[in-house]
Order: sequence, then structure tokens, then C-alpha cells
Amino acid sequence: MDNILRIDMGAPGGPKATMEPVGAYAGLGGRGLTSVLVSKEVDPLCHPLSAANKLVMSPGLLTGTAATTSGRISVGCKSPLTGGIKESNAGGQAGQVMARLGYAAVILEGKPLNDDLHVILINKDGVHFSVDNSLRMLGNYATVDKLRVQYGEKVAYMTIGQAGEMKLGAASIACTDRELHPTRHCGRGGPGAVMGAKGVKAIILDEAGTTLRAAKDPVAFKAAGKVFADGIKKHAVSGQALPAYGTNVLTNILNEAGGYPTNNFKTGQFAGASKISGEAQAALEVKRGGSATHGCHRGCIIQCSGIFNDEHGNYVTKQPEYETVWSHGGHCGIDDLDVIARLDRLDDDFGLDTIETGVAIGVAMEGGLLPFGDGAGAIRVLEEVGKGTPLGRIIGSGAGIVGKCFGVERVPVVKNQALPAYDPRAVKGIGVTYATSTMGADHTAGYAIATNILKVGGFVDPLKTEGQVDLSRNLQIATAAVDATGMCLFIAFPVLDQPETFQSLVDLLNAFYGLSLTGDSVVALGKTILSAERDFNTRAGFTAVDDRLPRFFEQEPVAPHQVTFEIKGEELDKLYNW
Amino acid sequence: MELTVKLFATFRDGRFEKAQLDYPPGTTLANIVDALRIPRDEIGVMLVMGRHAELEHTPAPGDTVAIFPRIGGG
Repeated sequence: MDNILRIDMGAPGGPKATMEPVGAYAGLGGRGLTSVLVSKEVDPLCHPLSAANKLVMSPGLLTGTAATTSGRISVGCKSPLTGGIKESNAGGQAGQVMARLGYAAVILEGKPLNDDLHVILINKDGVHFSVDNSLRMLGNYATVDKLRVQYGEKVAYMTIGQAGEMKLGAASIACTDRELHPTRHCGRGGPGAVMGAKGVKAIILDEAGTTLRAAKDPVAFKAAGKVFADGIKKHAVSGQALPAYGTNVLTNILNEAGGYPTNNFKTGQFAGASKISGEAQAALEVKRGGSATHGCHRGCIIQCSGIFNDEHGNYVTKQPEYETVWSHGGHCGIDDLDVIARLDRLDDDFGLDTIETGVAIGVAMEGGLLPFGDGAGAIRVLEEVGKGTPLGRIIGSGAGIVGKCFGVERVPVVKNQALPAYDPRAVKGIGVTYATSTMGADHTAGYAIATNILKVGGFVDPLKTEGQVDLSRNLQIATAAVDATGMCLFIAFPVLDQPETFQSLVDLLNAFYGLSLTGDSVVALGKTILSAERDFNTRAGFTAVDDRLPRFFEQEPVAPHQVTFEIKGEELDKLYNW
Repeated sequence: MELTVKLFATFRDGRFEKAQLDYPPGTTLANIVDALRIPRDEIGVMLVMGRHAELEHTPAPGDTVAIFPRIGGG
């Protein structure tokens, strides 16, 4: 990963690619590279859909190596949804191939002069551009089906669906998995809209003629890799629970803990939770000949995903994960896994963030567009996005816009990004993360659920205010660093609990790059990334007021614990205290 | 005293999902998990009426006790 590939989509005469050495961005990868680059090179006051924005795609520092579970790709830009900096990462095959091709980053810049849809092929010989307007307003599934006839099965596809073409705030970028299903999305914050604004429908990454990236010290790398993999396998969460039940194993525990947002955050428990739980979902998947254990990319040993088939045994979608099941399930009062799987399939096809879209539908329910619990209605409403109708464009623009259009007061967004699947009143640590993350409301940015609910990495009582800011800060720093490595965030469970697994991750980086990083260096890397993101947001006009939850969380107690979010603003403002 | 006991994930295997069970007064969570033959070191989280509780906790009559193995997601 010695090079950066810049593609100027606005060059006279058509797109133009330039290769340059990684230079000042050496030693960065994934979120580290995207955020530092966006913060340095993108005018924070630019319009996110303008020529001045850049779409930066970067594999992690260990992506494309033999290290297990390291296949994440980060996408960064100024977010059309939040107006702040955005990093959204996904699994699938794209990251590994981009890394093997030698690119630390591929950057889309500028803006085309017309509305042609471009397809970009990147292989070992370089970059090839073509125009294919026959793909216009095709979903991700149909787009990949069409492209695979020409480009084959042994490549990775990054595509946008209708939402990206319409440049909507919830638009994602799909990455194909090992079966070429476009199911792994850089979802949050609208990166698909930026790709659409650049006039790019698809990027095809062909690894033919490439090899695994080679470590500087292969012996030490192999040894560290074994300790790391053993650590993942022996931890109960990454070694047993996630493969068996997937992330949706969380539904029951959040519901029991009274932190499962139901009917647009009206209450903290859902009567239908057990019907859509991970236990029920895994059993249904196996019964229908799908699978409850599936990896999104080559080399993953956690295998948290699965295959969801319909009642006739036909593939519908990958196993909808916890946040997706929640946003379309409990949040909308829907307790039917088939409806939820159908909605997930539509999100993936249209190219929509499942969290933003589900929350938007729930807010529309609150606004009276359809009743809570109306599964058939939710499918109909979502189908509007694919048709590009005015209603579809509103839904695809995210929960904040839907709230305005339907006159709703209870709109669960921070920095205009929808809250995920944990009520911040009953799980206060995650509320701190939602409020203060540079990304807008984002659970992955500092996953306090681990410590508040799951007792991983210690325990901080979710219902108390004490210790939550410190907890969220430490997690946000650690997460920023993990997001730079290309490792799946689920390695954090063993890394938080097992010192030798954490050390083996540091050892992997050292052996690969010939470095002598320590735990402190990892913390410093996390802080560097967060500081760059925070600096961008400040220059984009964000202030302390933007680091707050919507007021209703401070005013409306949530059942069953009858608690509000009472961590004070001045405490939240201490998060970035370094 | 009667308690509602709920089990999740692998703890359901060979046991149950939800049961109303009768216990002598003063029963602790430790007594409950031992009676269910759940190895203590496999327990991730125990919730009593939605609040985290430890093995020495004594539930009140009518409480709901939820017992989870070590799980995670996100």
C-alpha cells in the first residue's frame, strides 16, 4: 500500500487517474487515512455534493495481509447527512483487493461535467474508465448481476443503488461479499450520495495477479497472528456467541435491560422482542436451509453473519444484524422477521443505511404516515425510494428530514444522524458517545454497551451518570485506532478482556511494518484521528450545541426504569480533554 | 417465593426459555444458577428486574431474573 490513486472525475475530456506515493499519509490506513486526508484536503465549508468534496476509500493497515478478520475498508468524505466529517467502514471483499493492488487509498475528486454514469475498473495494470448509462436507477443487486457478466466472479464490486444516484442523505456504498451479494455497506452518513455526485455507479477491484501483502518480519507476523487468532477463538463472544447467533443476540439482553428503543423511543421494552431475537432468527435461518454462521469476507474467523432464506428456501438477504433488526423491528413496532429481512434486502438493493432508513420509517410512523407495527406498509413506503418518488426521496434523506416533513417533535438524531439501537436514557454511556462522536449518533464510535450492558472490559452501571464520559472517551480513542487497522470492530471483545490479545494486535502491526509501537502509541493514534475529525467539524461550524442529545431524552422518562438522560452538557464537553 | 426465570442463548439448551419457579425465601442468584446447573464461569450477565445483579443478590418475590451467557454484538 505504497500509493494513492487520485481520480479526477471533473477532468476535461473525462475522468483522469493519477498515481502518487503515499507520502505524508504514510503509516495511516482505514479511518486514520480517510479522516486525516479529508481534514487536510477538503474545505470544511464546501457543499458535500460539490466538486470540492472528496470520497476517500482506504483499506486498513493490516487489510490484505494474512492477519485474520482484517478486511475492513473505510470510506471518508464530508457527510451529506451531518455536514461534518464522515468515516464509514464495511466488510466484504473490496478492502482486501484494494490493499493487494497496492493502494493505501483511492480518492474520487472533482465533479463530472454531465450526468453520465461511470464504471471504474482497477486492476494490476492500472485504471480503466467506461460510461454505462444502462445501469441508471438499477439497484445494487441488478447492477452487480449486470456487471458480473462482463467483469466476472473473481472481483470485488463497490456500487451505489438508486439512493446514491439520487444523492440522498441515507445513501450507502455497497461492497460485495464472497458470494457477490452487495450486502456489506459503508452505510452511515450518506457516502453513497457523494459517490453519486461524482458520477460513479461502480468500482470494480480485480485482484488477479496480486498476492497477500508481505510483512517486514514474516516470522514475528505469523507468530503474532496465531496468538491473535487464538485470542479471538477462545473468547466467549467472538468465538461462540457471535458465530452461533450473530449480533442480533443483543435483542433480548437490551430488551431485558430496558434499553431497547421501541416505537420511536417511546419505551424501553418491546413486547415482540423474543420473536425477532437472535435466538429466533438463527433457528429460522437453519430451519429454512440458510445459515446462522457466515463470514462477510475471506479470512474472517468470527463469522457473525448468516444467510436468511424465505419460507421456500430461497435467498432473501444476508442475516440482518442487530441494528437492522431493531431499526425496522422494535423501533417500528414490527415483530416479523420476514418483514425485517425484506426491508433489509430493499435497503441493500436501493443502497441505504439500514439504521437511518429504519429510524426514518419509525419517525414517519410517529408522524402519522402509517401505524406502528404495519409491516406491509413499511415495505410499501420503502419501495418508494427505489421508484424515486418524492416520498421515497424524503424517506431516503434520513430521520431528520422525515421528522421535519411530518411535523414530528421526537426525532432521534444527533448531528442529523439517526440514533442506533440502544436507548441513551437507560444506557447512559452510549448516550455520551451518541452526543459527542464526530460522526453524529453512532454506536460503533465508542461502544459503551460492552461495558454498560455486556460486562466486557469491566462494568460501569448503565443507569448511573458516574464514569460514563471517561468510559466513552477511552472507547472512542481505542475505536478510532482499531478502525485504522482494518480489523473488524468485533475483535474489541477479546482485545478488551485479554491483554495478550491486545498485545498480539500491536505485535502484528510492528511485525508487518517493522515498527516498535506500544499500547501508548495506539492511544496516540486514536487521539490523532479524533483530533483531526474534531478539527474538521469545528471548521465546518460545529459547536458544543451540536454535542447534545435531542431535548426529549432529558425530559421524557423511559420505561421500565423511568429514567432520563441527565449527564450535563459541561460533562459532555470534557470528552475531548487532551 | 415465586420468581420468573428467563434463560438466553446457549443456556436454553436442555433447559427452558422462561419459567415460573418457586424458591425458598432468601434464595440468591447463586442458588438459582447452581440449581439450574449453569456453570458460574459461563455466566455473562444476570439482570433482576432489568438491573445488573451479582451472585449474592437476593431477588424479591415476584421478580424477573434473566440469565445470559457471555454474549456480544453491535
